[in-house]
Amino acid sequence: MDEGDTMNGNDTHTLSVFVANKPGVLARIAQVFARRGFNIDSLVVSSTMEGNFSRMTITAKGEASGLQQVIEALRKLIDVVHCVDHTGEDVVVREMALVKAKVTPEERTEALQIADHFAAKTVDLTESSMILMVTGNTDKLDAMIKLMGKFKLIELVRTGKVVMARGDEET
Amino acid sequence: MPTEKIDGAQALVKCLEREGIEYMFGLSGGSAIPIFDALVTTNTKIKFVLVRHEQGAAHMADGYARATGKPACVLVTSGPGATNTLTGVMTAHMDSVPMIVVTGQSVSWMLGKDAFQEADIFGITMPVVKHSYLVKKTNDIPRIVREAYHIATTGRPGPVLIDLPKDVSSGPCTVDLFQEMDLPGYKPYPAKIDKEKIVEIAEALSKSRKPVLLVGHGVIISDACAQVKALAEKLGAPVVNTLLGKGGFPETHKLSLGMLGMHGTAYATKAVVECDLIMSIGSRFDDRIIGQPDKFCKNATKIHIDVDPSEIGKMIKPDIHVIGDARAVLDELNKHVTRLDTREWLDHLEGYKKKYALHYKKQGGLKMQHIMDELYKMTGGKAVAVTDVGQHQMWAAQFWKTDGRHDWLSSGGAGTMGYGFPAAIGAQLGRPKDLVVVFCGDGGFQMTMPELATACLHKLPIKIIVLNNHYLGMVRQWQELFYDDRKSGVDLEGNPDFAKLAEAYQNAKGFTLKRPADVKKILARALEYNDGPCVINAEVVKTENVFPMIPAGRPLEDMLVEPPKAQMEKPTGST
Repeated sequence: MDEGDTMNGNDTHTLSVFVANKPGVLARIAQVFARRGFNIDSLVVSSTMEGNFSRMTITAKGEASGLQQVIEALRKLIDVVHCVDHTGEDVVVREMALVKAKVTPEERTEALQIADHFAAKTVDLTESSMILMVTGNTDKLDAMIKLMGKFKLIELVRTGKVVMARGDEET
Repeated sequence: MPTEKIDGAQALVKCLEREGIEYMFGLSGGSAIPIFDALVTTNTKIKFVLVRHEQGAAHMADGYARATGKPACVLVTSGPGATNTLTGVMTAHMDSVPMIVVTGQSVSWMLGKDAFQEADIFGITMPVVKHSYLVKKTNDIPRIVREAYHIATTGRPGPVLIDLPKDVSSGPCTVDLFQEMDLPGYKPYPAKIDKEKIVEIAEALSKSRKPVLLVGHGVIISDACAQVKALAEKLGAPVVNTLLGKGGFPETHKLSLGMLGMHGTAYATKAVVECDLIMSIGSRFDDRIIGQPDKFCKNATKIHIDVDPSEIGKMIKPDIHVIGDARAVLDELNKHVTRLDTREWLDHLEGYKKKYALHYKKQGGLKMQHIMDELYKMTGGKAVAVTDVGQHQMWAAQFWKTDGRHDWLSSGGAGTMGYGFPAAIGAQLGRPKDLVVVFCGDGGFQMTMPELATACLHKLPIKIIVLNNHYLGMVRQWQELFYDDRKSGVDLEGNPDFAKLAEAYQNAKGFTLKRPADVKKILARALEYNDGPCVINAEVVKTENVFPMIPAGRPLEDMLVEPPKAQMEKPTGST
């Protein structure tokens, strides 16, 4: 599977927001979405190479013109340095999921075959359960989680998407 | 390093003074005591005006800013003191008015612990400020004040809040009071104006035979008035203005058609309906002026000039747009435009001006329009006109032709009742030599009426004209037109005698105006009294309606010039 496949221009938008690391910045950004009735599907916030700044990767669903307004409103925030919509661009997209499933010793071989196919790692294994860690793009994670659904899924945690522009392009 | 030992509150006051703040409006309280103390100990030149309610303070700062073009400061305490400013802050935010709001706060180690008079004002105000600060270190104060002033006054202006915990304002400030700003994400203006777009606009204009220029608040903020006048005259293009654009282009100019939109002049609205090109300069195509967005100027070329990129395409998708300060954009555009052949168009509109001239009857009871019209004639329009919100506001917008850049103050976006009177106080303090008149309804005036004490104390010769119809008139009008005249929650029975009320204050004078024949006489007496405020209680007819009117959410084509003969359907648009 090509893990870096291109996101296509559907209703889900992936925004990369580079912000000054100041108190309240996350609340301001969340309000821009909430005020317009948009739901944030995933949100990843982390520090950057520059200590005073953070990077947020936000995915949200919505029709294009409404989201364009959201982007302009985000750019208007004093603490937002820049905001780029990577939807439809050829960028590297990754996400990680931890999948905890009830797997008996008899079922284990099949579960491990699924894990192997998706290059997932077994990060916890007990008599009755296992936790798989899988990374990749959203489609890949969805596919593995679907297959693991034949066992009883106990818990699922996904990190949400992170993106990075390729080559000389800035994220 | 400062030569003397100062605390955070003193640093705050000194920094605000250095930024050029002249007035501070506010009301004291526990968490703000160190700041109030600093007003004394620093011997500051900033003049402090004690209000009677914090909402008044915010509107005064707003009125001062709109009347002078300079920001003022609001200083209040934590908790209820801070939340009371909220309506005023939201009003300023909606109308892009610069303001610095300083709120006292509980000591920082009590934040989030429900301390006495603790409110998360930083969180509460977030959607209605341009930016805000919760100050955690005393030494950050000089930088934050500088940033706050810069953010409030540049680009698209707006209110900036500084929340100052008591321990931070009382702690020692050990840094130089001149600090660099740290605003890597703030870009108030584009790096450069897109000159190709300017040429494109000039080309579109050159092809137009029926152009309209739409002047908004941005023209006033960026002081592009001379540029707009030059452009309109060079092109021979008629000009319409928004409610907040009044004064951006002289409404007495022969190319002016006055205000467009829901209660604008019929000829302004008709010009917009029939034009082949509309160019907005510093307006945001507000829902009051476009009616139904997808039917707005369907066959016309739409051009949008705005300093705020988020306004482009928000309501109307323009054919051409330029991001930039109105003055800078027009300076460039004016180099490229030539006279258009608009004679036929102007003649056509002149016909509309005659056919649909604004009118009212002086018989059949006292009319708000009569009073406004008469006062306008008596003063030559040489006054700062302030309004509250409602029917009187719309009539004032129609009848009070505004020529000066800072001579019209009205709450547009927010539509805040109670705005007018305190805003007039701010305006009068900022322009002590000029005549300030405020038109209020009996509803709105009672919302911030306690500021009479403030106006009296400072002997401000404001002419307060209470257009008293004993109703919340605009809502009553809607109920009459769209809800089978079922009046609900609009009857203001129990109003006091406003003239008598004025006399209860020192330095104020009250007048009662009941008959159309007395308008001139009473107004003349009010204009003669300048030792304090005048309150003119004008008992006007109770059920006059404002026309023209475009029902909310309907296209401009559906404008009613006269009262409708039959009951109307309920409007679909917002309020």
